[in-house]
Amino acid sequence: MEHFALWLGAFLTLGILSFLYKDNPWYKLSEAIFVGISAGFWVVTLFWDNLVGKFWDGWQDEPMLWVGMALGILMIMRLVPKIGWISRWPLAFIVGSTAGLWLMNFLASNIMVQTQATIMPLLSSAFGQGFDAGLGAIISNLVIVIGTFTGLVYFFFSKEHTGAFGGTARVGIFFIMITFGASFGYTVMSRMSLLIGRIDFLLGDWLGMIG
Amino acid sequence: MSVRQPTLSPRSIVSITLTLGILFAASGLQVFGQTELTLDTTLIVDSAVVEAAPVTSLLVEDGVYDNGDSVRLFWVPSIDDQIAGSIVDGYRVYRSVNGGQAAPISDLLPGVASFTDKNVDKDSTYTYYIATLTESGEYPSVVTREISPQPEWFNFARLSLLIMALIIAGAVIFYVETAKRGKKLFVRKIAGLEAIDEAVGRATEMGRPVLFIPGIHDMDDVQTLAALTILGRVSRTIADYDSKIFMPVARSLVMTAARETIKASYQAAGRPDGYSDEMVNYVTDEQFGYVAAVDGLMVREKPATVFLLGAFFAESLILAETGNSVGAIQIAGTARPAQLPFFIAACDFTLIGEELFAASAYLSGEPRMLGSLKGQDVGKAIAMVAILAGMVAVTTSEAWGLEYMKDLHRWLMSMFAAG
Repeated sequence: MEHFALWLGAFLTLGILSFLYKDNPWYKLSEAIFVGISAGFWVVTLFWDNLVGKFWDGWQDEPMLWVGMALGILMIMRLVPKIGWISRWPLAFIVGSTAGLWLMNFLASNIMVQTQATIMPLLSSAFGQGFDAGLGAIISNLVIVIGTFTGLVYFFFSKEHTGAFGGTARVGIFFIMITFGASFGYTVMSRMSLLIGRIDFLLGDWLGMIG
Repeated sequence: MSVRQPTLSPRSIVSITLTLGILFAASGLQVFGQTELTLDTTLIVDSAVVEAAPVTSLLVEDGVYDNGDSVRLFWVPSIDDQIAGSIVDGYRVYRSVNGGQAAPISDLLPGVASFTDKNVDKDSTYTYYIATLTESGEYPSVVTREISPQPEWFNFARLSLLIMALIIAGAVIFYVETAKRGKKLFVRKIAGLEAIDEAVGRATEMGRPVLFIPGIHDMDDVQTLAALTILGRVSRTIADYDSKIFMPVARSLVMTAARETIKASYQAAGRPDGYSDEMVNYVTDEQFGYVAAVDGLMVREKPATVFLLGAFFAESLILAETGNSVGAIQIAGTARPAQLPFFIAACDFTLIGEELFAASAYLSGEPRMLGSLKGQDVGKAIAMVAILAGMVAVTTSEAWGLEYMKDLHRWLMSMFAAG
């Protein structure tokens, strides 16, 4: 059984990788198996984790779970065409509560904390240290303050990007693009680890070519 | 209660040891170098033992701005903990619940002078004492007063957050009302959005479908909400042009919401008969299973236009590159900084972060959404002014010690404390 799973894993891995050449029946088969099994897996997982694990095991102690259950039942109403419109209620609840909950999170993390962190002395290594910063620290402080400020200008939608304002926004997009460049390289390296993992499976676990 | 009596002098200890030794010997008990006495406390004494002073000034207070679920303790560490070659190994917090037997609840390192007990409830009463730990035993402090933790209605540590929220909310309401009165609110052009009509028109001319991918997160992600708002405008254009859209999704709730959105667009375009539930299909919740299916769909259906709007993760480049390989014009947008570089590299237009959220207001032109966008700009303007003013204030105060600049800096820091 273990060998069968190993060979099946290798067969499906190579099937998915065959997409690099072009779409083909092997890829289609691997794709269908992947999608079908994963969809089934999630149905089972959500049933046992949510319906049984949370509601069924806890409805007696936690009356609020009934609200969730009621919303879930309302959502299923869309299976009945005549009263399908009822399913919009739980949807509206989810959308509204999501927007409300995230409002304060975004306000705190994207405006308050970031603004506070950017208020820094340009010529000091830390608060209360006087003019003690070296050239590197001064450049670092300038990059943070100018980058954040000009980035905010770029994302200001109430004014056309022309004149001095446009020039400032242009500096902002330069900062953003440089950041993206650095992020690109970093993320590519992390993606390579996914490929290495698959190659390790094929050459190591399956073919035994590497220890 | 088992405690050490720290106030006895060595001479007293020897006297007590001898006296008790005689008493225990008389009662048939064997007594060696150590004697145990049980009164209201238990005393363990040894002439060779070095005693440690207990902690002092032990204070207990209710946790602030909580739900009655924390109690805070403060003390001055043992004097023996503050000298070189300290014999103190740490501190042990003892707690009594509703007058019951005190039990240890936490061990702390030497030098620690405070502790927050987060395992309390507001319906119980607690007392505490701190034992100083040494190799030779424990030296308890006095016992605190009784305390019952109380919940607070307001968290004043987040007052500045409330003020900022009120300012922005007020600005939103102001601009919404202004727009409702018919005044045109200016919003600058966003490049990717200008291309939507062109991209859908291209698909119509080529007789190929439009593929809309709303990311892989559920409806509890604001990026998905923004994507569905843009979907409303895209599907309206598709309905007007009598083009074709298909939309594979990774979440069942997104499928439901997307169907409602497209249906409403077709109705608004006066073509309700053109809508079909088949336009939106659930694939799987599994990230790469979804990617495999969408990639296959792209190469088989060869969409002329691909929208990648929402929350994306490791699949972003795989999807964008596949879309690029089939010659589709691609408009992407996400607020995930790690994925934006891939979209910028592989797509024709990219909505960067905030632009994704602004897009919905820009496209709809509705007073409520435009007002919201303008209100957010007020928040950004406040942040910009604060950054500049704060930077000047702290830099000059560091340089010349200007008190009023220090005050301004302190005030700004307190105003932007998220609590």
